[in-house]
Amino acid sequence: MAAVAQHKGREVAAGEVLLNVENISLSFGAVQALIDVSFDIRKGEIRAIIGPNGAGKTSMLNVVNGFYHPRHGQIVYKGRVRQQMRPHEAAAQGISRTFQNVALFRGMTTLDNIMTGRNLKMNRWKANLLPAALYVGWTRSEEMKQRAFVERIIDFLEIEAIRKTPVGRLPYGLQKRVELGRALAAEPELLLLDEPMAGMNIEEKQDMCRFILDVNDEFGTTIALIEHDMGVVMDISDRVVVLDHGVKIADGTPDQVKNNRDVIDAYLGVSHD
Amino acid sequence: MFYREAGQFKTSYGADQAIFPIVQDRWFVGLVILLAYAVVPFVADEYMLQAILIPTLAFALAAIGLNILTGYCGQLSLGTGGFMATGAIACYKLMTAFPEMNLLVIFLLSGLVTAGVGLLFGIPSLRIKGFYLAVATLAAQFFLSWLYNKVAWFVNYAPSGTITAPPREIFGVLVTGPSASAEARYMFTLVVVTLFALIAKNLVRGPVGRAWMAIRDMDIAAEIIGFRPFQTKLLAFSVSSFYVGVAGAVTFAVWLGSVETAEAFDINVSFQVLFMIIIGGLGSILGSFLGAGFIILTPILLTNTLVIGLGMQAVTAKHIEFVVFGGLIIIFLIAEPLGLARLWQIGKEKLRLWPFPY
Amino acid sequence: MIIELFEVAIVGPIMEMIGFPAFFFEVVIGGLMAGVMYSLVALGFVLIFKASGVFNFAQGVMALFAALTLVGLMTGTIPLFRSQVEWLALPAWIAIILTIVVMIGLAYLVERFVLRPLVNQDPIIMFMATIGLAFALEGAGDILWGSEVKPLDVGIPQGFFMWQGIQFQIFDMWAAGTAAVLVTVLAIFFQKTRIGRALRAVADDHQAALSVGIPLKTIWVIVWSVAGIVALVAGVMWGSKSGVQFSLSLIALKALPVLILGGFTSVPGAIVGGLIIGVGEKLAEVYWGPLVNGAIENWFAYVLALVFLLFRPQGLFGEKIIERV
Repeated sequence: MAAVAQHKGREVAAGEVLLNVENISLSFGAVQALIDVSFDIRKGEIRAIIGPNGAGKTSMLNVVNGFYHPRHGQIVYKGRVRQQMRPHEAAAQGISRTFQNVALFRGMTTLDNIMTGRNLKMNRWKANLLPAALYVGWTRSEEMKQRAFVERIIDFLEIEAIRKTPVGRLPYGLQKRVELGRALAAEPELLLLDEPMAGMNIEEKQDMCRFILDVNDEFGTTIALIEHDMGVVMDISDRVVVLDHGVKIADGTPDQVKNNRDVIDAYLGVSHD
Repeated sequence: MFYREAGQFKTSYGADQAIFPIVQDRWFVGLVILLAYAVVPFVADEYMLQAILIPTLAFALAAIGLNILTGYCGQLSLGTGGFMATGAIACYKLMTAFPEMNLLVIFLLSGLVTAGVGLLFGIPSLRIKGFYLAVATLAAQFFLSWLYNKVAWFVNYAPSGTITAPPREIFGVLVTGPSASAEARYMFTLVVVTLFALIAKNLVRGPVGRAWMAIRDMDIAAEIIGFRPFQTKLLAFSVSSFYVGVAGAVTFAVWLGSVETAEAFDINVSFQVLFMIIIGGLGSILGSFLGAGFIILTPILLTNTLVIGLGMQAVTAKHIEFVVFGGLIIIFLIAEPLGLARLWQIGKEKLRLWPFPY
Repeated sequence: MIIELFEVAIVGPIMEMIGFPAFFFEVVIGGLMAGVMYSLVALGFVLIFKASGVFNFAQGVMALFAALTLVGLMTGTIPLFRSQVEWLALPAWIAIILTIVVMIGLAYLVERFVLRPLVNQDPIIMFMATIGLAFALEGAGDILWGSEVKPLDVGIPQGFFMWQGIQFQIFDMWAAGTAAVLVTVLAIFFQKTRIGRALRAVADDHQAALSVGIPLKTIWVIVWSVAGIVALVAGVMWGSKSGVQFSLSLIALKALPVLILGGFTSVPGAIVGGLIIGVGEKLAEVYWGPLVNGAIENWFAYVLALVFLLFRPQGLFGEKIIERV
């Protein structure tokens, strides 16, 4: 895609390892979702996770999130080994994500949805039950502070016009953008995106790519993304992991992966340029 | 053309997030409040106050409580009656044990007691999703009803099992007891309910309310953002029980004066309050008021038209009431799950465009 | 003081049970029979929940409505005007068949006006809709057939017999037998027939079932009809025992604890759960009731369910649900 071709000049991020996935195995009853998967994600890079449907990509993200607990293996995040982590602990440690099927809070407006993302950043004491009951004073000033931050995200994602619309009424592409906003609101160190461009047309994809790159450039956020559009993957990611039937079959730069025999057989088909 | 926002620019986020951001809304609400406080007490007769206005306010408070739990946080409770009874009993015990204590303080304490009792039943069931809280609250309903009936200590050993509120004053005016005037009781209820409604509104538009709604809409996603489902639900249940308890205390002390708890707060009351929030609007403070008014008024209207007007038997009118309520529940859930409150909102939106059709 | 409490609350009742074994067994049998009744109603719940994921609060009222219709037909009552016409009175078996037709008609109406419009909603919304349905149906039943208590006699033999010094009611035997037959028929239906399989598919995933060509609407009408027939059986049993009256609809509330114990999706669970609740209630009332002035039956089932929730929320036979994001 021409619009993002300019990105190709970026050198691979040489930051230290932020997340290390070591020998993760995960199964649901008799179904093995992940089999002995290991890879790492470096700070500041954009890591793509690709593979055919059912390869275990979303399950992998769910393990990083603390939503699923692996049978074997461990996750090392920011140098510390994590044991049985709960999702809200993962969130507290700076991991944010979006979902394949847009998990927005349908009863709320765009603004409120993104405000929920600020949940962990709010001052616990000032926004707790008693002050909130009175609203004036502490809670109000805290709300205003958070609102200001959220408005910056709204500006960044260019969704000012829909801030008071209940998200249930928004078209799919905008919903995905709002969900990105909600994930960004938590000021994450590691952002997990599960097919952020699914169901979008070319323009929407270009916008989304731009946002993802900007987030990575401006805030230095490390990004792991699951994506099926190979053009996007090749253009914006620094390194790629390929999963197939729960097993890692390739790991390297986009060029390396593109020409990998196994990957072509399992997923890409005959490569055409 | 009168209800336009043109020219009203909000220059701060604070102004944007006010409860009534549109100036015309503020005027309207101000008018309603003026009517309620300054006009109604002088114009309404005893019947209107005692049979319609006071119970509507008291039950609106209970409806707000249930709405917080079910409408905003998505957890179903069928124990509202039992918790109202708890509030009433707590109020009675406090009134008789501490004759000098301020009535408002007693109400607050009754609410706290009810919140505590609620926690006992809520903690085991809030850890799990689905209808389980409904079962736990049913257990609460039947168990508490039985308890207050069988254990004489709760009714101070009264042989009839009835509790009666002793006379109490606020600012020198009698508001409970047989000599308290309907106007005084109305004003007192009005003040208490408006205060609590305001607090509830503040809670739901801020971070606490957002947490509740997040859990309601998609608790898995909420957890991944960092909300804690169990604590959030527990908070909703506690606040809800608090409100329902206060409503029970108000119903007992100010509206009815004398109550046999098994009769006055049985399972039917639980359903009544549930109907109030479904018809009035799930997730709406205004809806709680509208729903309460609707459920209180309809039987009166039906009785007047069918029994007195057409000469039907009272029992038949009751059956028709069942059919009407049941039918309305289904209709509202299908056509407008956000209830009367949403219809009101739609009405306002149409008014904005008036005289243009769209 | 603790020892006294222990003596009174635990030792005393147990000694009573052991001391009078014949009476104890009679209480247990009585409890089992009551349990069978609960199971019959719970069965209807399980059917509908299994096949449409809807918890049908109106199941108890459906039993009441079915029984009311049956009595009405058998006594030749004209609906709405409620006058009894001698020559319109129908023999039991014709009345039963007609009532089944009525219940099928009801199932069709419910599917058309309640289920179809709400097909994609939250389960909690559907549950509340069935609460509305329960109220509407109860009111309708009362308006059509009258709300006074009515006796019901479809010819189930009364009387009792003795065995080993324990008294057994013939009626209870019939009820147990009927329940057993019903459960067997339903089990075969679900496991072996094509429609049964389709029902299980629908319960799992509405969209998927639609996409393989299973007609959702027809399935729902079938399920609710079957549940209606089950409700009729339950209504006949309860009504024959204690007369057809409003309290029948309160059984719906008792069914919730039965389902918690047995699991919402399990037919054997509904039976076992019902029996446990029935026996538990009776034992609690007879042996512990006098200690606390009676009426433990009012809440025992629910508190038992609550305790169960702490340890095994999916019930004895229910399925653990795996959440996927």
